[in-house]
Amino acid sequence: MQRIVSRLMLGLILVCSLLVPAGFAQAPPTAGAAAAPQVQAQIATLEQHVADARSAGDNAWMLVCAALVLMMTGPGLALFYSGLVRKKNVLATMMQSFILMGLVTVLWAFFGYSLVFHEGNRFIGGLGYLFLHGVGAAPDPDYAATIPQQTFMVYQLMFAIITPALITGAFAERMKFKAMLLFMVLWTIIVYDPMAHMVWGKGGLLNASLGGAIPTLDFAGGTVVHVTSGVSALVCALYLGKRLGFPKEPMPPHSVVLSVIGACLLWVGWFGFNAGSALAAGSLATSAFVATHFGAAAAALGWAAAEWFVSGKASVLGAISGAVAGLVAITPAAGFVGPMSALAIGAIAGVVCYLMVTRVKSKFGYDDSLDVFGVHGAGGTLGALLTGVFAVKAINPIFKDAQGTATAVGLIDGHPSQVLNQCVGVAFAWVLGVVGTLVILKVVDWAVGLRVTEEQEVQGLDLSQHGEEGYNLEA
Amino acid sequence: MKKIEAIVQPSRFDAVKSALQEVGVEGMTVSEVRGHGRQKGHTEVYRGSEYTVDLLPKIKVEMVVSETLAVSAVQAILRAAKTGKIGDGKIFVTTVDEAIRIRNEDRGEAAL
Repeated sequence: MQRIVSRLMLGLILVCSLLVPAGFAQAPPTAGAAAAPQVQAQIATLEQHVADARSAGDNAWMLVCAALVLMMTGPGLALFYSGLVRKKNVLATMMQSFILMGLVTVLWAFFGYSLVFHEGNRFIGGLGYLFLHGVGAAPDPDYAATIPQQTFMVYQLMFAIITPALITGAFAERMKFKAMLLFMVLWTIIVYDPMAHMVWGKGGLLNASLGGAIPTLDFAGGTVVHVTSGVSALVCALYLGKRLGFPKEPMPPHSVVLSVIGACLLWVGWFGFNAGSALAAGSLATSAFVATHFGAAAAALGWAAAEWFVSGKASVLGAISGAVAGLVAITPAAGFVGPMSALAIGAIAGVVCYLMVTRVKSKFGYDDSLDVFGVHGAGGTLGALLTGVFAVKAINPIFKDAQGTATAVGLIDGHPSQVLNQCVGVAFAWVLGVVGTLVILKVVDWAVGLRVTEEQEVQGLDLSQHGEEGYNLEA
Repeated sequence: MKKIEAIVQPSRFDAVKSALQEVGVEGMTVSEVRGHGRQKGHTEVYRGSEYTVDLLPKIKVEMVVSETLAVSAVQAILRAAKTGKIGDGKIFVTTVDEAIRIRNEDRGEAAL
């Protein structure tokens, strides 16, 4: 009996002495071979924590950016545009922006995101993400390695919302609500989704970061958002025709006050649009933030100065339009150019867009009611081309050679042919915008008719399309 | 009873109101209106094109007073509203058939 007990005791002691080192991680390793797996495990855990912290910072930033970009549409653009129209159309103009917040979201969720960001061909994505299947917490490293793909998806959604909303300015005060809805569904599918895929999607023809055949530098959507919408706006303005009474009857804004508030919200929101396009909360986001702000500032001054010189007074409407023009122009450039270049781009955009909106529009006589083409179309084109001039590897080493060394990006960096690539990207946006919009307008016109009746136009869209009045101040 | 309708420059209105109260006018109706006589408007600029705004803001003051008070009321308005420049406005005097206080149905001058 005693021998069995003492053997049991010995066995117990032996087992315990084997378990002890594994249980106490802080105990100094008794043998080198036993130490390595523990330390490896510690390092792996630490690395995971670091990655999580990094992700937390990036994800928090990106979610805020998504909110900022949505704010650009509602109420930024809603206020900016509605202040510029006559009182009888204030609500209808706001509704055009607002309803897209709902409509585009649903389209994006069903298939829009898939068509842009799923692998497909050079021109359009596939349907692998239909109904957002597979778009969840796991990052897609090709797009943004440190944030959930769902964050990336919802951030991009806000871009998809504001782009068609911009076009509404061109046909303000005369488009049927029903027609606008149908137009927007078709435009998102036929123009936005392909263009966004080509510039930002995997395998896209113009994708500068994912090896597109014709790399077009477009950091935050100068071509995808502004050129497409601006050019489409021009087509709409020409196709729908002028408002009754234009240009003889003066149609001044009913409230530049609203427009100023809207423009300021756009400026602040644009930090989400441009700096957020860095898709991480690092120094590139800072660089884009600074460039964005500087571009807006210089452009506001540029437009105001040009107007002061030509007309004798700097109007408030001019100053805010200048800021928006600068923001548009810096959009493709934001994450590629230095701060001084941003000032230059802004100043040029302020003056050029001022001329577009005063000289060119009156010369050709088209009724682009809220100057979508003059600011977004022209500003976006100008900005995209100037990106090819001012982009430098010191800010963003986007092009690398076979050894992984950064190569020159734009003209001032020593790569002048980038400007040609920019021209190609811009040309794609123009052609897609013009052709796509023309086709869609024809279809919508045939299906439901585009323009309200004369009587409805005179009565105002608030009453005729929505049965409401914007201001019931006597109540 | 006389109704006096005076269209004056908005910047002169406070002076007109004080002057009327000084001569004993106790009731008046004031509205913000737009209009012009022979005064030219001003030009505004929208997107580089100029256009004329010829409906200018004015203040219209209406009061119904006894015939005796009408003379001094008109004098008071003239004194307070005149600047000597085009755009000073106009005064119209008409005769009133009846005046009724709604609260107690007083009629005639007793209602003023």
